[in-house]
Amino acid sequence: MDIFIQVVYFIAAILFILGLKKMSSPVTATGGIVWAGIGMVAASLVAFFEPGVFSHTSNVVLIVLAISVGSAIAYITAKRVQMTDMPQMIAIYNGMGGGAAAAIAAVELVKLSSGHNVEGGHTLSATAQVLAVIGALIGAVSFSGSAIAFAKLQGLMKKTIRLPMHMMINLALFSLTLVAGAIIGFGDSPSIQLVLLFFAMALVFGVLFTTPIGGADMPVVISLFNAFTGLAVAFEGFVLGNAAMIIAGTVVGSAGTLLTQLMAKAMNRPISNILFASFGSDGGDAAEEDIEGSMKEVQGVDAAIMMAYAEKVIIVPGYGMAVAQAQHKVSELTKLLEARGVKVMFAIHPVAGRMPGHMNVLLAEAGIDYDKILDLDEVNPEFPTADVALVIGANDVVNPVARTNPDSPIYGMPILDADRAKNCIVIKRGKGSGFSGIENHLFYADNTRMLYGDGQKAVGELISGIKEL
Amino acid sequence: MIEISGFTALYIFMLSAFTGYEVISRVPVILHTPMMSGSNFIHGIVLVGAIVVMGSAQTGLEQAIGFIAVALAAGNAVGGYVATVRMLEMFNPKDKKGEA
Repeated sequence: MDIFIQVVYFIAAILFILGLKKMSSPVTATGGIVWAGIGMVAASLVAFFEPGVFSHTSNVVLIVLAISVGSAIAYITAKRVQMTDMPQMIAIYNGMGGGAAAAIAAVELVKLSSGHNVEGGHTLSATAQVLAVIGALIGAVSFSGSAIAFAKLQGLMKKTIRLPMHMMINLALFSLTLVAGAIIGFGDSPSIQLVLLFFAMALVFGVLFTTPIGGADMPVVISLFNAFTGLAVAFEGFVLGNAAMIIAGTVVGSAGTLLTQLMAKAMNRPISNILFASFGSDGGDAAEEDIEGSMKEVQGVDAAIMMAYAEKVIIVPGYGMAVAQAQHKVSELTKLLEARGVKVMFAIHPVAGRMPGHMNVLLAEAGIDYDKILDLDEVNPEFPTADVALVIGANDVVNPVARTNPDSPIYGMPILDADRAKNCIVIKRGKGSGFSGIENHLFYADNTRMLYGDGQKAVGELISGIKEL
Repeated sequence: MIEISGFTALYIFMLSAFTGYEVISRVPVILHTPMMSGSNFIHGIVLVGAIVVMGSAQTGLEQAIGFIAVALAAGNAVGGYVATVRMLEMFNPKDKKGEA
């Protein structure tokens, strides 16, 4: 039986890696998740036949009950959620994984403290004991941190909470957690009170670590927590002697780390800057500078005429499009323009929206072909020959300051050259600056016109304007 | 369970880390969010660990924490799967006709 279990785990590990690989191309992606899913179901089923599991019938009943409860809640929420809210759902499912890893460690440590034998006769080896504690810490931080990330993106927590001496408190709390962890990890039989205190401190640290980080940086943080959970799972996999957990967890840990780096790089900010400093305080003085020109407003009808008689239009969507759920209107606008012979393309900045690829998902949802969707390097040479660049709810990613002003906190960040188009129409809810609080010089440029209003309503005006022609 | 010694584990860690890095480095930006969701699903394998731990739980406290572990892990796996599939369906040309 044991051989059979190990073979299934081995195959599951292969399926996970192949599935991830297939997910890396749009053509095979759907198959990839199915492969990984088959691996998951197979591995979960054979887990019931691990030694010891079937010896307590009440435990088996509880397992089935817990799986039903957890699956039902996750299934319903995942089916119902709007595409625009996907990032925070990823955060919460990821947090659940981190919490599960921490809870596994908690059971092991509780067993250790009560002197019970661990794992059907085995006691934890010294290495396993230390890794259990490290995995518990990472998992717990990922759990409570992801919950905060969810609350922020869901709009349940609008303010960025900063305690006085927040960094010092974090540092002190983290040190105390490490000390408690070290006592548990290296000790013979930790007291149950200390174990509880350790988990409480780790959870609070996850909360305090995440609250000062602004909403715009949440994708990077979610990606980081995704990597955290992967590592926590890998460590607990070692504790349980389960190679499939080690492999899957580590693969996710390194892939998540790389993804976090890619995202931070696209924002031109070191990860440490995102995690330990707030953008607003960085950019405070740069926002004070003088800007030449003024913002020039345009009416929807006039903007519609500009676009209808253009040869080439480049649409730059941003988070504002996601918030306003304007992607379907944008798709309708695209079809109208193409019917008039206008060439339409989409320019996607790597960090547009809330996650890399967030805009692509929304545009795909609205039925826009992905060969019309271009990334930064492909689209920038197109701007100088474009008649109109339509910016919908994007801000920092089209701010020319990133090219021109070395003092600006976003200087050096790769941007979309919307300002180089012959005309630029910016759809924006109000006159305020973006998430970063940096003034956008594009809005003041001579060839820029501002179309104020919610993304959905403004694009609706453009559509009716074109239809009336 | 199988015995995995410290160094064997270290080799598994190292090779898996390179694998994860290589697999994701070739992903186009367009698939980054689904990919993140997909990798989120894959660490749902923690469910296996949760089942094993819960199965050998002896006291009420162990059962309670084990129950939480299994429920959370199942949520991670199922939520991660459904979210990923929904996102990837968006890229499937066949499904677009229904939305028009």
